[in-house]
Amino acid sequence: MEFVSPEGLRLDGRRPLEMRQLRAEIGTVAKANGSAVLEMGNTKVIAAVYGPREVQNRSQIINDQALVRCEYSMANFSTGDRMRKPKGDRRSTEISLVIRQTMEACILTHLMPRSQIDIFVQVLQADGGTRSACINAATLALADAGIPMRDIVTSCSAGYLNSTPLLDLNYIEDSAGGPDVTVGILPKLDKVTLLQMDAKLPVDIFENVMGLAIEGCKAVVNYIREDHQFKH
Amino acid sequence: MHACMADWRGRHGQGGGIKASPGTPPQLKRAKQQPNPTAQTDMATYRWRGRLPHLHRLEYTKNQAFADSQIKEMRGLQLPLSQTQRIRLQRAFEKLQSLSSKVNSDASVTVADTIPVNYEDAFLKGHGTTDLNGELVATVCGVVERINKLVYVRGLRARYKPEVGDIVVGRCSEAVEINFSQDAILMLSSMNMPDGIQRRRTALDELNMRGIFEENDVVCAEVRNFQHDGSLQLQARSQKYGKLEKGQLLIIDPYLVKKSKLHFHHLEQFGIDLILGRNGFIWVGEHVETRDSMVVDQANSFQQSMVLEEKDLAHTPLEMRQNICRIANAVRVLSTLGFSIDADLIMETVELSSSLKIDIHDMLGSEFHVLVAEREAERRSLMGKRRR
Repeated sequence: MEFVSPEGLRLDGRRPLEMRQLRAEIGTVAKANGSAVLEMGNTKVIAAVYGPREVQNRSQIINDQALVRCEYSMANFSTGDRMRKPKGDRRSTEISLVIRQTMEACILTHLMPRSQIDIFVQVLQADGGTRSACINAATLALADAGIPMRDIVTSCSAGYLNSTPLLDLNYIEDSAGGPDVTVGILPKLDKVTLLQMDAKLPVDIFENVMGLAIEGCKAVVNYIREDHQFKH
Repeated sequence: MHACMADWRGRHGQGGGIKASPGTPPQLKRAKQQPNPTAQTDMATYRWRGRLPHLHRLEYTKNQAFADSQIKEMRGLQLPLSQTQRIRLQRAFEKLQSLSSKVNSDASVTVADTIPVNYEDAFLKGHGTTDLNGELVATVCGVVERINKLVYVRGLRARYKPEVGDIVVGRCSEAVEINFSQDAILMLSSMNMPDGIQRRRTALDELNMRGIFEENDVVCAEVRNFQHDGSLQLQARSQKYGKLEKGQLLIIDPYLVKKSKLHFHHLEQFGIDLILGRNGFIWVGEHVETRDSMVVDQANSFQQSMVLEEKDLAHTPLEMRQNICRIANAVRVLSTLGFSIDADLIMETVELSSSLKIDIHDMLGSEFHVLVAEREAERRSLMGKRRR
């Protein structure tokens, strides 16, 4: 199947180096301390942050740090076919762990000892790149909640199909079986907090694709900062 | 290699059709003894998708009597507004913003922004900042404040940051929940006994503690100190502190309650106590006679305690409950609009509502919100003119 036409257009009309449209809203969940809704193209994700608050499970208290918990779930209606088990399946558990580790790396947990921060992310519409969208939404929600962080974490994915590196894969491109590289960075510190890939890639092409994904992350950062500066 | 961006557009609250999500009943909690029939349990607040919180213009009025007030530009203001109402509300907000002294927009920072500081001066790093490669960087989104040599970032939506001596209101669970990162501890020894006698607390007192406080009771206390591990200790050493009954607990954002000399307000004309906890928990309740236990002698105290007991069991009259509700709704309206809460403002709002003969549950409707915003804009402009 042709994912990049001879004119250089992808299936949804984008260029290979073009990201999908980003849109974010903050403060959408009234009850939560911080929340955000983020859309990357057709992928729509909602994140809610509760905390820092008292640890619910006494056995898990950490005396010098905050406990960060994360739960990723997909709504039943988020995919084409209605999902049977929205959470608790292996993929959700894995992504929850990944998001938790990524966010924990950037939250200054030692400032809030003996407390707990809960991050709940739910996918409302899944069209590829849900992992990245979740991390971006979680970052915005944490910023909304006023939780001190080292830096904003942003994430983006990139792939390699028809011998072309492609930025920000959607569902069809993702299920094509080609490699999918997801990168999460701390832009100011210039550090990588998340790097995942499935399928195989030769190392030199991998460098290209990872570099492309990092550029995508930086674009997300620009969007977030620009949006912040907006209404003063 | 560069990625092109499609256009980023922030979302606007759309006109016309309101996304009416049946909202959560706004933080309405009541003390156990008070089933209040006149209160609307189903106050649905429709939330208007707002913009990023720290983008709001911050006002620093020179006059400390009004303290800092921060206008939430349509953040979380979810009301079914008609077109005219929306225009009026916008105009009122604009007026309020123009009245405030302009804040340097450079002062707002987001996470990991560098804070502009003259590195040659010695300065102290305060909350919300951290050192990164010799640069001072923000860790929260907010506004940079400088006081003498202290530089810190004040977050807008952070949780309550307790200080020693603050008056807080909390709800009992295992410890006291006060909207902080941990529950606070109220020791039995730091409390007055209900009969007012000062004596050593015995083990029997501990067992009988349940007679005084049960789960979900509301207490009012003062911050005593911080433990070395960061947890909070409370004390309730005089008669005005302690268990709160016969009223409503409201939860609003902590930054709307500013530090002032007086946190306990007795509204005489209604006979209602108003306690503004610094943690954003507000208590509105029937007035309770607090008397100094030292002054009262034995015989008198016995009689008075008898009378009190009867009063306790007595049913709160309907009018009292209506007043409680009216005041509580006034507080809710003010907090939704993002005005900082103090007793005078609440009284004015209540008077406004009763003078216009607005029904209690209508107070949470959009019309009243708009009216309050407009009146506040007028009031501030009058203050401004008077000053000049």
